[in-house]
Amino acid sequence: MKKTLLAIGLGTAVSMAAATAAYAGTLDDVKSKGHIQCGVSQGLPGFSNADAQGNWTGLDVDVCRAMAAAIFGDATKVKYTPLSSKERFTALQSGEIDVLSRNTTWTATRDTALGLNFAGVNYYDGQGFMVRKSLGVTSALQLGGAAVCTNTGTTTELNVADYFRANNMKFEVVAFEKSDEVVGAYDKGRCDVYTTDQSGLFAQRLKLSNVNDHIVLPEIISKEPLGPVVRQGDDQWFNLVRWTHNAMLNAEEMGITSANVDEMLKSKNPAVLRFVGKEGSFGENLGLKNDWAYNIIKQVGNYSESFERNVGPKTPLGIARGLNALWSKGGIQYAPPIR
Amino acid sequence: MATIKDHARHYVRTEMLPEQAPPAGEVGMRKWLWDNVFSSMTNFSTIGAAISSILMIVLTLAVIALFWWVIVVLYKFGWQDAIWSGTDGSFCRPEDNKGKVPIGTDIGACWPFITNRIGQFMNGFYPEAERWRIYLTYIIGAPLIAGLLMPSVPRKGLNAILLFVAFPIVATILLSGGGIEIAGSTWIFWAVVFAICLAVLFGIQMATGAKGLLMSGGKVVLMAAIAIFAILFALSFDFGLPFVETSKWGGLMLTLVIGLTGIVVSLPLGIVLALGRRSQMPAVRLASTIFIEVWRGVPLITVLFMSSVMLPLFFAEGVSFDKLIRALIVVALFSSAYMAEVVRGGLQAIPKGQYEGSQALGLSYWQTTFLITMPQALKLVIPGIVNTFIGLFKDTTLVSIIGLYDFLGILDSALQDTNWLAPTNQMTGFLFMAVVYWVFCFSMSRYSMYTENRLHTGHKR
Amino acid sequence: MTTISDEPSSKVSFWYDPKVRSIISQLILVGLIAWGLYALVTNTIHNLERLNIASGFKFLSTEAGFTLIQSWIPYDKSATYLRAFMVGLINTFYVAIVGIFLATILGFLVGIARLSKSWIISRVATVYVEVLRNIPLLLQIIIWYKILLLLSPDKRGSISILGIGEMNVTGLWTSKFIAHDGFWVTGIAIGIALVLAWKVSRWAHKRQDATGQQFPSFWAGLGIVIGLPLLVFFATGSPGVIESPEFVSEGPMLRRGFKTGVGFVFIPEFLALLFALVLYTATFIAEIVRAGILAVDHGQTEAAGALGLRRGTILRQVVIPQAMRVIIPPLTSQYLNLTKNSSLAMAIGYPDVMGAGGIVLNQSGQAVEMIIMIMVVYLTFSLVTSVFMNWYNAKMSMVER
Repeated sequence: MKKTLLAIGLGTAVSMAAATAAYAGTLDDVKSKGHIQCGVSQGLPGFSNADAQGNWTGLDVDVCRAMAAAIFGDATKVKYTPLSSKERFTALQSGEIDVLSRNTTWTATRDTALGLNFAGVNYYDGQGFMVRKSLGVTSALQLGGAAVCTNTGTTTELNVADYFRANNMKFEVVAFEKSDEVVGAYDKGRCDVYTTDQSGLFAQRLKLSNVNDHIVLPEIISKEPLGPVVRQGDDQWFNLVRWTHNAMLNAEEMGITSANVDEMLKSKNPAVLRFVGKEGSFGENLGLKNDWAYNIIKQVGNYSESFERNVGPKTPLGIARGLNALWSKGGIQYAPPIR
Repeated sequence: MATIKDHARHYVRTEMLPEQAPPAGEVGMRKWLWDNVFSSMTNFSTIGAAISSILMIVLTLAVIALFWWVIVVLYKFGWQDAIWSGTDGSFCRPEDNKGKVPIGTDIGACWPFITNRIGQFMNGFYPEAERWRIYLTYIIGAPLIAGLLMPSVPRKGLNAILLFVAFPIVATILLSGGGIEIAGSTWIFWAVVFAICLAVLFGIQMATGAKGLLMSGGKVVLMAAIAIFAILFALSFDFGLPFVETSKWGGLMLTLVIGLTGIVVSLPLGIVLALGRRSQMPAVRLASTIFIEVWRGVPLITVLFMSSVMLPLFFAEGVSFDKLIRALIVVALFSSAYMAEVVRGGLQAIPKGQYEGSQALGLSYWQTTFLITMPQALKLVIPGIVNTFIGLFKDTTLVSIIGLYDFLGILDSALQDTNWLAPTNQMTGFLFMAVVYWVFCFSMSRYSMYTENRLHTGHKR
Repeated sequence: MTTISDEPSSKVSFWYDPKVRSIISQLILVGLIAWGLYALVTNTIHNLERLNIASGFKFLSTEAGFTLIQSWIPYDKSATYLRAFMVGLINTFYVAIVGIFLATILGFLVGIARLSKSWIISRVATVYVEVLRNIPLLLQIIIWYKILLLLSPDKRGSISILGIGEMNVTGLWTSKFIAHDGFWVTGIAIGIALVLAWKVSRWAHKRQDATGQQFPSFWAGLGIVIGLPLLVFFATGSPGVIESPEFVSEGPMLRRGFKTGVGFVFIPEFLALLFALVLYTATFIAEIVRAGILAVDHGQTEAAGALGLRRGTILRQVVIPQAMRVIIPPLTSQYLNLTKNSSLAMAIGYPDVMGAGGIVLNQSGQAVEMIIMIMVVYLTFSLVTSVFMNWYNAKMSMVER
């Protein structure tokens, strides 16, 4: 059993090597150690957060659970490494984690200069504004002279500065490290505007003392495609992450859910049969068993189920599908077919 | 002429009067109030005294008002407006009305948020089925600590060895599950170190003919080797306990782990550094001084930051440290610098005669230090040591900034739970944490005062 | 049995020579340290190259792009990372200096109050000290910030804080003095007045030592320090105006409230940090002061009382001057602690050197350089204080003997 906990200060720096750096063949590595090491955020409602029992749930967490289901046929074989925004890339580069699923925005720099690969987009987000209704503001363009509360050290801080300058408006930014401080300060009236990713606005508004006093403005000032990230140079692993996500989307498109996936095994539709592994050898091509997609849907559900369970209208967050609806339903979630 | 005796006979009473109760103003509540409260406010004899009396009145009223206000606010938030039961965050959100709280009313503390997660606040994400291991560690550790703190308990030496050497190993095995994979290079490294030591001793004996050097030195080396290998073996032995990785440690338990590691490492290290700073050897003195001053000169948060962002860059490729270990090392080194100064203060207070006396007896440097001066010095600075520990304990809150789930960090995590999003959760959590921290720190500071009083007998007035 | 003649003392093996031992052990230590440093530096350089992280301080001249909420030097959209760092540095000094000043006053008051004869005062002081010094500062900073925001009126309203200014959730607004050309003459006058006041007080002391005659040097000094600059100010044609904050109560909701840039504002983040630092540090200072006062021999107080001095005078003229010797060294380390603790400001968004530096670190990714710069700042500060403290200690011990 591999237990590289801590090499305790009994040896030199060199002998303390908890060497996990096996760059070639992440999949083999993962199979041999028996679990996926998944980098998640330290807590972002709906995306990754631990419940009272210490179980991790969320949209980002479901990506890792789906991968575990695909690889091991058991969605619980995931270990989570909570990471701050500063640590996340180093952790991935150094091999501490196998996949980073931590509401990370896909940008050119990260995709190229940092040696990372984005395997897909599991949530299309964008930076939005929330204001008090009493201000009588209907558009972000009327916000000249406003004080803006936001998180520090992220792109939102730069985006908001760019936006106000581009529109030649005066502004003042009050930036905090933690979102609880941001929303607290906004709630107490320290700022007129609260800006962060829209998904964040939906979550944090529940911490406001009277949610009905506030509205979200229509403007979205940035594109924030969020998705799982892997190291460059391991195409097999990259494909696995990408197709895990695609499988969940395709399942939704074909109407396969965790409830009906067993019936689907007897389906007449060749596309469905290919999906559940009755025909073709798509799993083997990925280095997995052919029932990989069946396991994902059976244990985690399709994208719609994951969305509804974690962030959808029935959850306290109450986020509508919007951009994240399937392409056939007015959104832009589009997965290449499995064939 | 009448004598005095005659006079006495006339008007000196021969029998005693029965004792009377003292005037009402001289006893009980009134007297006490007068002496302790009003006497400082009623002197209007001179202008100066009048001014100070008026100031006293204003000040007294002001502090009473402030106190009253604080109590009222706490009562309102923590009791009157508080939500006492609920199964998710909507009970503490005014707009959801589940807790029957109309919109617009003040919401006080959200206590179900605390009770719902109390296990997590105490033990982090440690699996519930394995939490007995944490409690067992407490049960083993508590009497050891108590034994060391209580002056009446005998065998302090044995107790200290158990607490500072055996307990950390037992705790590590219990909490992590043991069976830690120790890289082969670690075993080889230590084997090589001991071999080199023996070879050097042998070489010196051959070259100089110093008899018995190999025997006496070899004994020490051998004992060190046995100790180290025993520890390594104990840590790597599989006791069959399920492994719990450190990312699941958290809450009060993690705070205690960090605090105790800090004290266990910082005391011996601090002693070494203090001796180093007082050493006759310039290189040793300089190195110790620089180490102490640099660590004392920077805020803990910057070094913690460094450990979380920069440390991976310092070591060879492929070497990675557990995040908790990084924080532990930083906290331990940080507090050892402070401990060193406390110990140095104690050493400085030892009269020179003690050194000279032991030298006259022909004791070596180490004998002088560990038999004569250090025991006296440590006894002198017990309050200082406890105070350093209180500081360390409070400083553990900073590890939440680098994302460890300590007592404060686990609160941050709990606040992000989708089912428990509510306005007052954070304040409720803070109130709870403040009380817990206060209880710990206050009892420690009481203990420090108690030892101070015990050691400073005879100076009272 | 060995006799002395068997082994002449000069032939003792060199291993037993303390000098040789000391040199060897020092060489080993130096070697180990050098090896450690070498490994550290080469590893770091290698890793930076491997991860394609640019090293060096060139990034400091890059445009920052983010804003900072409080700045004493011009900081606009074209400002560089270096300037952002400087803003943070100044903010650290600002909060540290104001904090040290206030914490000293409060600490002395509370320390004396704990020894007060009035039961209420001493008990309240004790409760204050025991509660606040046993709660982690990080918690206190955040709690104070929340309380401050909660108690302040919102942006469209304000309450008057007696004698200081107007307060609402955006901060404490007061007037600001704007110097015009020619104000430098007044500046010089202030300097001269300070020197003069100091001279007068020295002269008064000497005269009192020699003749016993007292001179109201405090009032005279105050007169000089206030009077002279005022006189010069008006004589040079009043080069400067006082700018009061401007409260807009009409027009669109967003524009109501205090006008930014007019008057002077203490932002709530600063106030909360200051509150927390002062209240926390003052508990330690109070303990130090109490211990210092108790350390003064009781005979001194009794003798002074026998001479007919009043309680206040005894405290001021007899007890505190002697207690200062015990108080000053630990007091200095409390000042250092306050300065270092101000780095916790990042929790509530006050842009001190750690906060602003942290943002630069995050945005530029230059972790090594930024952390080195931040550490150098704090190290310099504590080194300077340490040097001063040692000098003061030396001076004090000379006076003693």
